[in-house]
Order: sequence, then structure tokens, then C-alpha cells
Amino acid sequence: MVTIGATDRRVIVVGGGLAGLAASVRIAEAGVPVDLFSMVPVKRSHSVCAQGGINACNEVSRQQGYSEYEHFDETIYGGDFLADQHPVLEMANWAPRIIDLLDRMGVPFNRTAEGFRDLRLFGGSLFKRTHFAGATTGQQLIYALDEQVRRYEAEGKVTKYEFWEFLWPVIEEGRCVGIVAQDMRTMQIRSFRGDAVVMATGGNGLVFGKSTQSVICTGGAAARCFRAGVWYGNPEMIQVHPTAIPGADKTRLMSESARGEGGRVWVPRKPGDPRKGSQIPENERYYFLEERYPDYKNLVPRDIATREIFSVCVDDGMGVHGENQVYLDLTHLPASTHHKLEGILEIYKKFVGDDPQHEPMKIFPSVHYSMGGLWTTFTKGRYNPAEPRPKHKSGSAAPIGSEVGLGMAPGEMNNMVTNVPGLYAFGEVNFAYHGANRLGANALLSCIFDGLFCGLSVVNWVKDGTPKTKPAATVHQNAYDAVVRQEEQKVARLLSTAKPGGSGAVETNPYAIGKELGDEMTKACTVVREGKRLEQALGKIAELKDRYQRLSLHDSATWTNQSLSYTRSVGDMLIMAEALLRGAHVRNESRGAHYRKDFTSRNDEQFMKSTVAKYDPSSDSVSIELMSIDASLIAPTARTYGKTDDSAKKPAAKPAVATV
Amino acid sequence: MSTTAPATLSAAEQSAAARRSSAKPGRSIRIKIKRCDGPGKPSRWETFKVVTERGSNIISCLQQIAANPVTIDGQKTTPVVWDSGCLEEVCGACTMVINGKARQSCSCLIDEYAPNEGDEITLEPMSKFPVVRDLWVDRSRVFHNLKRVKAWVPIDGTYNQGAGPRESPEQQETRYVLSTCMSCGCCLEACPQFNQEPDPAAWDTAFLGAHAISQARLFNMHETGKRLKGERLEALAGPGGVNECGNAQNCVKVCPKKIPLTESIAAMGRAVTIHSVTRFFSR
Repeated sequence: MVTIGATDRRVIVVGGGLAGLAASVRIAEAGVPVDLFSMVPVKRSHSVCAQGGINACNEVSRQQGYSEYEHFDETIYGGDFLADQHPVLEMANWAPRIIDLLDRMGVPFNRTAEGFRDLRLFGGSLFKRTHFAGATTGQQLIYALDEQVRRYEAEGKVTKYEFWEFLWPVIEEGRCVGIVAQDMRTMQIRSFRGDAVVMATGGNGLVFGKSTQSVICTGGAAARCFRAGVWYGNPEMIQVHPTAIPGADKTRLMSESARGEGGRVWVPRKPGDPRKGSQIPENERYYFLEERYPDYKNLVPRDIATREIFSVCVDDGMGVHGENQVYLDLTHLPASTHHKLEGILEIYKKFVGDDPQHEPMKIFPSVHYSMGGLWTTFTKGRYNPAEPRPKHKSGSAAPIGSEVGLGMAPGEMNNMVTNVPGLYAFGEVNFAYHGANRLGANALLSCIFDGLFCGLSVVNWVKDGTPKTKPAATVHQNAYDAVVRQEEQKVARLLSTAKPGGSGAVETNPYAIGKELGDEMTKACTVVREGKRLEQALGKIAELKDRYQRLSLHDSATWTNQSLSYTRSVGDMLIMAEALLRGAHVRNESRGAHYRKDFTSRNDEQFMKSTVAKYDPSSDSVSIELMSIDASLIAPTARTYGKTDDSAKKPAAKPAVATV
Repeated sequence: MSTTAPATLSAAEQSAAARRSSAKPGRSIRIKIKRCDGPGKPSRWETFKVVTERGSNIISCLQQIAANPVTIDGQKTTPVVWDSGCLEEVCGACTMVINGKARQSCSCLIDEYAPNEGDEITLEPMSKFPVVRDLWVDRSRVFHNLKRVKAWVPIDGTYNQGAGPRESPEQQETRYVLSTCMSCGCCLEACPQFNQEPDPAAWDTAFLGAHAISQARLFNMHETGKRLKGERLEALAGPGGVNECGNAQNCVKVCPKKIPLTESIAAMGRAVTIHSVTRFFSR
């Protein structure tokens, strides 16, 4: 084993959510110093918003016939066979170990009467395999990791750079050797050397204007890597969560755990029924998910629940009170269940004003998660059957155990590295694991798994890869200075357009450009997509890009200029939006969250492949390439979740219209 | 406990609901904001007119102002700077002083605070922390104080070693509530004993505040966390520790997560006394 000096090789982690914190803990523990960058104090990262729980096979479900292998199989099926399969297998196998570690860190997981960890049902599974802390599991998990990082910080092994914004990766001789970042208070721009850089910067919900994501989730950091030459996989795969509450500033998630604990989705059988939900008798309610999916009922995967809700409202005109909303009903559940969901019930009470214990909640789908992300690779593990197996039959024996290294080879330097050596992507910002649709309570798992499992790969790269002979400390300063200058010039250009009070013209208002982008993306590229509409949206992006070149910044301050930061991210979001639209336009099929009304079925022959976006800076354009995936473990099957035809029972929504 | 009766809307929630239902979307309200360009710069007040919509909150108003930064008098100005994150009252970032009281601005609904045409809402930065710009303050000290009380479980490492300690549901309930602290700083803003301390060198001897004392209790309750109990109690017994609490009990009233902060302070006060006596006799 090579020993390295205490300070001569370092790792930069960008983003302090679950993935970034888990990576920091793992890398610091291995003796490599970590510089941790975040736009917010890491404890306030977007991971706090995760509510429902974290999936893992457990002893109770195991004795009912569940296994790590079935968790893997569910995740592949749930993702509509788009994910590379080996990494998903490794993640599912690690899941129980991750729960144990979090438990040791002090996460207050809910307990049974005997003091064991309690479990709840979640979408896409017939087994209870979701561990939870009330309805604020993400908050509790990130706090546990935040505390461990604080411990390393107190010992001098992690250095935090909070309120620093990542601007650009420093890539020299084809590998990443550091970053350039900006202090959001002093506005100082400077470079940082790092022998490896881990991007753990989450999703890009703000591309759609309103989403369930935090205000920092512009996807700006990922977009900047993309512009610097990092590939972006499956950009079109965006999860629209079925149950959110609309708001003036954002949409707020009502966790899937509400349905996992017995919540029911319905609309009045009589369209436009003016009564309050609680006053509508049972036989006048249409529980459309339960009728259409007798096995999974309200716990079908998110893409399916979202499309059904959307269709009931938009196509059938059966939304509650004639608006785009359906009921999520918890009023029949006992007080003990309400107590377990208190975190989200409080959110509903605070922001809507009704008490969900007595009145059904009114919800509608909203953009929630990016399955797509920076393209990453991996080294396959030891499990390589002669041919892919059929879908696993629930309850039957698993073909393999859950030993380490069956899915991905532990410690291999390329696990979750992008196409740029030394530049890794962990958590929501990569495109691995979730394919075309993420199962609920798998996100927290994938973030922490990346940090812990692939953190070791980063350590090995630093110790035994190129940095072994050529540490970043020896790279010429010019490489860093050039990127600092590039970013200073961008800032100078933006500042030169500043007009306090704004120009008064919508045309050149960066906030208006951002809003129009969000509106257009929500209309063209969410639940239902169509080739012509996507082309129209690309036209709109071109218009917005042109206006962006002529904008006026609203603030010329050289101290804590938030307008500058926002306006810069609008430019990045425009490029990301183009990648999303082009990915959606190329994928002439329907798969998982990507539903094309002009190509309604899945086409495995042509499209069981990743769409990989590449950026050409000379023409400022995005191109899409199809890349083969690793599907050597499970053979694709039709993904129906046992849907039945309920047209006989379905209420007549609108008076029949004569066809032309 | 998991068997508590369902909490219906409280009287305060009911009157808030009544205000909400009477409020008309599309009305104009006034937002009066205490602004400051940076550390050492003078403060000034600016008032903006904002048009409300359904579900408007302080955040959506500030977003509207950023997009059109012109005061009610037609004065061109800059967008207001403020700190925010999740907008669901779970990250703690957007805390500010609204109509004289510290709270999260995301959950502050305009229909409740300004239900009538022309109503005014006042926004100020928290006063116990140095202002960065406008409504954004530097709360580094909140996190620093978590280090003083070693607010973590000292695990051996991340290698797989099986599950953590088993725990009764009762203890989990108690720990869970304590563990929902967002480090937002409301309890510190309301505390007469917690004062602004611009010099980080003085932080280690200045009052810890309710949130850090409560976190010490949280980790002292955990089976492995207890390993550091002595060190935490030393920190709480020292300068700036639990004895500096003046028992004003403001903290518990303003905590957005309803954490029983005064219970935590009392529990830690007793623990410190026992610890000090034990230490005295074991010398």
C-alpha cells in the first residue's frame, strides 16, 4: 500500500447533500484530506426535503421471501430497463449495510414495540422494505452525516467552503485537477487544486421553474461540467412526482409514504362535484388507481401514478372542483398513523390551511427528481450469468447472495467517474441506478451508496492513479489562472450590463427569461411529450438564448450579488434545457417517465440505450448519441404492474362527443 | 407517543385560516424592508408594493421584487438579498425577523399576515448575527457551537459492523423531536442572554444558546453518543454554558419545530450539577 503525505494530495467534493457528505466521510476516513464546497451550509442542502424513507432488504421482509436481489430486480423494472444493471445490483446488496451504518450514527429510525427498526410500504414493491424517521427521513439522514463531517472538520480532516459556488472544473492534460469557485459573499473568484473532484450537486428542478426542489437546485454545477466537456446521460428522464401541493414560489412534496401508510387517491365520480371531499359518500368516489392496479393499488411507481392523475384531470376533466387536482385522502387512518406522517401533515397544514386528518388533501403532480445526469462508468463485478434471467418472481429464491463485489468491483478507480478522469459524479447528479424512473426511497440510498462505495474508488485514484506520480500540486499554475480569468471575464460581462432597478423591459429581464424557460419546459417536457411540441420548445430556447445575450443584470454590486449568481445559472439552465429537449426528441418511444404521445410504446430494439448528450462550445450546440447499456442480468419484459381494464367501471366523465 | 389524539387546528390556526379565507388574491400589499449594503454600511428602509396571488408567501414577494426592483416611490434599487433553501420550513435558511418576530419566511403566508388591501409587513435581518447584506446574516456561530458540545455520535468508522443499539419507541420519539432542530437561530434571536459576538475568538466562551444545549442532550441520550457525555457536560459547565441561561423561556415559544428547549436546558442543568459534584468527590 502506498502511503501518502498528510497534505500533498487532496480531494475536492462539490455539494454537501447526502452524496457529498457520505463521500467526505469515507475519503477523510481513508486519510485523504477533503475540501468540501457548498452554496449553502451543508446542513441546509436539498437532501433535507426527502421525506418518506430509504429502501433496504431487512430480516422481516427476507423471511417473507424478499431479498437484496428482488430489490435490485424491482429497481430495474421500476426504471423500465434503462439503467446499467451491475451498479444497481451492488447498490441493492449494500443497502442493508447502509441502514446499519446510519443506525450506528444515531439516526432516530422509527421503532417497533420491541425496539427494532420499523418498516413501511413504498411504491413499486409488495414488501415492506422502507426504513424511516417520521416523515422527515432525508433531514434525519443528512443530519447524521453532517454530524460525522463536523467531527472530521473539528479534527482538521475536512475543510468546509460554505457559501462558495462552483464555477468550472480545471481540466489539464485530459484529467481533472481542481476547480474554480466563487465566494458568494466577497465575490472573490479563485482556483483550488484537487487530485480528484467529486461532483455531488443534485438535480436541476429549477429548469422547470416550479418544482419540489430547493432554490439552489438549478443544475448549474452539472451544466458547467457539461459545457466543459463532461457527457450527460439520459437528460430527458425527469421524474414528475404524483403528489405535490402547488404554491406561488414552488410546489411542495406530499410524500409517497402517505400512500405507503394507507393513503388513497380519488376523485368524485361526478365531475365538478361542488361538495367538500369529506362530505362525498364512499360510493360516489372513484379510486382510480385501486381499480386500475389491483395488485399495487395506490403504490404503483411514480411515473404511472402521475400519468393516471394527469389523465383523469386533463383528458377526462374529472379533477376536483373542475381544477387540475385530485384527493390524497388520509382521513380514514388512525391517529397513530397520522403521527408517523406528522412532518408532511404539518407542511400541508401550514401552507394550505386545511387539516389533512379531517379533510382530504388536494394534490397534483410536479417535477421532482432528475434520473438523468452526468454520464458515469464503472467496473463490473463477479456476477455474470451466461444470459439475462427473466424478471424475478416475487417470493421465489434469489439466484445469488449479497456478497460485496457481485455488481461492481469495489475500489476500482473508474466507479462513477465521468468521461474526464479524476472527475467523479455521485448521487442525483449522475445518471446511474434509476433508469427511466426512480422508485420512491431509492434516492437516499443511491446518494449514500455512491459516497461510501465509490468514495473508495476516489481514494484509490488519488493513491494509485495518475496523481500518484503527478499530483495536482505539481500542475502548472497557468492551468488554474486561465480558468480563473475565463470566469472573471464572464462576471465582468454580466456586471457591465447592470442597471439597478432593471431595464424595465421583460425582453432583457433575467428573471423573466428564467420564468419563461420554466413555463415552457413544464408545458413541453413533463408528463406528456410530443415531437412537434418539443421542436417548438427548442425554438423558444433559441429565442431565450438570444435574449440572454442582451440581458440587463439587476445589480452591479461587487459584494454578495445574488442577482449575478442567479443570472449566471439562467444561462446554464438554458443549455441544460436544450439537452433535455434534444434527448426527449431523439427518444422516439415511451419508457418510464418519458411518455411520447406520438410513440406510445417502448421500443427496446432501438432505444434500450442511453441518450448521451455532448456539448460543442464552438457552435454552442448539443448533440445526442445513443449508447448501449449493460443489461446482462435481467431480460426486459412488459412493464404493466398488473394494470387491468377498468373502462366498464369507470364513470362517464364527459358527455360522449360524436367522433368526426 | 404513537397513540396521542389527533391534533386538530388550534385556536391560532383557526384564526389564521379565517384570515386566509377572507383574503382576496390580486390585492396589493406593502413590504417594508430594512436594507444594508454590507458589513459596516448604514441601514436604510425601503418599501415595495407587491401584488399577491393564491399561496403568496414572503419568498414569492421577494422574488417579485427581485424581478422588478423598484420601490413604492418609483425609486430604482437593487434586488433584496436573502438566504433561502428548501422553502418547506425544513432547512432553516430563510429565517428573518417578520413584524418583529423571528421565523422562517417561506412558511409566512401573506394571506395571514396581510389579508387586506394595503396591509404592510416588515422584514428585518436577525439582530444576533452580523449582517452580510440586507436580510442575509452570518450564522457560522450556530454551527460552531455544535462543535463545542461535540454534537455527534463517535462511531468507530464506516466499515460494516452490524446494526446500532436497539431503542425503545419512547426514546426514539424523544430523540426524533430533538433531532429535528434545523439550526435556524430563532431560539437565539429570542434569547436575552445570547448576544451578537462579531469576534470568532470569543465564541468559545460566549453563551452556547438553547439549540446547542438541546443537541448535547440529544447525543447524551444515545447509547454510543454517551461516550462523550463527560466532555459535553464539561463544555456545558464552563463559560458560556448552561448556567448562563436566564430562564426567560423565550426560546421554546419561538421554536418552529416545537422542540422542548426548556426541558432540555433543565435536563442539562441537572446533569451538569451531578457531573460537577461527582467530579469534585472523585478528585
